[in-house]
Amino acid sequence: MGYVAVRGGAEAVARAEELVECLRLMGGSTPLHLPQIRDQLRHAVSRAMHEGALYAPLLAALAVKQAEGDSIEAAFLLRAYRTTLPRVMASLPVSGREMMCLRRISASFKDIPGGQMLGPATDYLIRLLQPALANEDMSVVVRAAERYEALVAIGGQRPGEVGRFPKVADYMRQERIIVDVPPDLAREAPFDITREPLTFPCPRSARLQAMAQADTGSLMSLAYSSVRGYGDAHPTLVELRYGYLPIQVAHPLTGEPITIGEIEATEAEVASKAHSVVNSAEPPRFNVGYGFAFGQSELKVMSMAILDSVLTQARIGSLSGESGPAADEEFVLLHSDGIEASGFVAHFKLPHYVTFEADLRVLDRARDHHAERASRLGQLVDQALEEQR
Amino acid sequence: MSANIDQLYNFALLDEDAKRAIRRSLLKAVALPGHLVPFASRDLPIARGWGTGGLQITLALVTPDDTLKVIDQGDDESVNAVNLRRLITRTTGITTTVDTAAATVIQTRHRIPEEPLRDDQILVLQVPMADPLRWVEPHLERATVMHGEADYGKMWVYLYESVVRAGDLRIASQYPVIVNRRYLMDTTPIPRWDVPKLHMAETLYLFGAGREKRIYAVPPYTAVEPLQFEDYPFRTEYRPGQRCARCGAENAFLTTHFVADARGGRWEATCSDANYCAKRRAQAEATA
Ligand SMILES: [Zn+2]
Repeated sequence: MGYVAVRGGAEAVARAEELVECLRLMGGSTPLHLPQIRDQLRHAVSRAMHEGALYAPLLAALAVKQAEGDSIEAAFLLRAYRTTLPRVMASLPVSGREMMCLRRISASFKDIPGGQMLGPATDYLIRLLQPALANEDMSVVVRAAERYEALVAIGGQRPGEVGRFPKVADYMRQERIIVDVPPDLAREAPFDITREPLTFPCPRSARLQAMAQADTGSLMSLAYSSVRGYGDAHPTLVELRYGYLPIQVAHPLTGEPITIGEIEATEAEVASKAHSVVNSAEPPRFNVGYGFAFGQSELKVMSMAILDSVLTQARIGSLSGESGPAADEEFVLLHSDGIEASGFVAHFKLPHYVTFEADLRVLDRARDHHAERASRLGQLVDQALEEQR
Repeated sequence: MSANIDQLYNFALLDEDAKRAIRRSLLKAVALPGHLVPFASRDLPIARGWGTGGLQITLALVTPDDTLKVIDQGDDESVNAVNLRRLITRTTGITTTVDTAAATVIQTRHRIPEEPLRDDQILVLQVPMADPLRWVEPHLERATVMHGEADYGKMWVYLYESVVRAGDLRIASQYPVIVNRRYLMDTTPIPRWDVPKLHMAETLYLFGAGREKRIYAVPPYTAVEPLQFEDYPFRTEYRPGQRCARCGAENAFLTTHFVADARGGRWEATCSDANYCAKRRAQAEATA
């Protein structure tokens, strides 16, 4: 059966769906359970949640399973589900200061108020494959629980102590080292790109939301380009923290804040060596960028924070030297959404025989024109064009 | 409504607020023919670039009494058309048809049906690029200013250079037009053959670009003029002597297909509008 003008398209589509389902299971191994994916493929679940812009660990595990581990497809499934949900209410703004940290580090100062806390970090692991992982049974689960308990005991947490820490950025603000981004004066409520069209110039809240649900790899690539030489980023990590954030809503009748749960999240602030001047009366300070994502998603939030800083500088005109594509807000925001980019790149698989037929007719005419240009007049035109170059 | 529609989802999938927002953008688009109206563009279970703009318009418009036709490349059976129709019927339960004349709403990609459309029909086009200035000005902020000032000089220069270099206005499908003597508009990749059908038509044409988040419209009886030069007029793909190998139509857009036969196969030009071709063949059989 030809791809062109597929007749009986309905049947073909149904069969394709069946085949996908069969291929997933035909290896004969035990089907995955969602808690296994949620617990043991933590980063795949985090990525599906932040790129899918929906905090729902078990649904994200389902999406990862259904997508057979494809991160963009998993995020796509979650987004397509999220869009059908009503917006009941907005939660109250939450600050990273409230985070119960499992990890918090700063690259700006050796010692920071509250201390550096490495936590569960892969940064310093020696990347050797561990053959022992290939054949684990339930005994390793028991042993892990015991080891965790021992680690907590060594940590020596004092009773009543909670994992909250002061923010390094607050200290830098106090010392007038960094300057905050000027607020979008015209807007009180944050922009929502899923409810309002994203047009340019856009408020910073739209930029942050777009990047928070963008593809990790795309943000990383753009941020990398800016630090590597096609830009002026020069970032220093003020602080990166990972842990649990309480989520509160206002009681519909009394307005009292009520905690409705907590989310696992990562956030980062990055300071840029490029000086930012709010007005000429003020001394120069470092510009700051912000990154946030669900789950433990450090690469994502650092990329986001670097780009946020670069884009703010580009907006207020304080970039020096080469700006590069990462300083173009439209370029960054319109090309980093994984769902949009993957959809459009993939759409070239759809038939294009109408447009191709039209292209062929224009090609015919270009060929006729080419033949005509072999004439004396054509040679003169060529000569003139050549001289122009 | 049929009984098997998915009760988990609202009628036509989108929630009522989303539909209202889209209809508001549509009203604005109709009031300003050819003007690009930004809209939020919801996520859908269909991938971006596969018809999400047209789909959102259709979902915002259809009522349980509508009769829907969905085509891709002029063909109701093309897999993407089948897939979109499946989603719309599954979430609405509305009646569908392949008969152009029987449809109240027609969603299409890359074609306008050959059969003239009526004033009680709406044609919804899926749009990939939206802004015709993308050829010469990819920056949206600058392009918006150019539209605002009707500053289309760059586009004219682009077309002029293509004539000098390639002997034709190089934009094959998706040909730029001036709507209502004001806005430059992208016709989506419909072939040039379909462009004159937009001019002073009886039908309402709605355009939706999901990924680009823009809606625009050509209301009935609106002047739609392709960009052209006095000494280099707009020409469609039409070639004298062209003829559909199946129904014999001489005045239709044809696409070329490879047809296998006993001697290894041959290339054949047939109508891209499948329903038009089928109707003509049925008519010929009836009168024979
Ligand atoms: Zn025909």
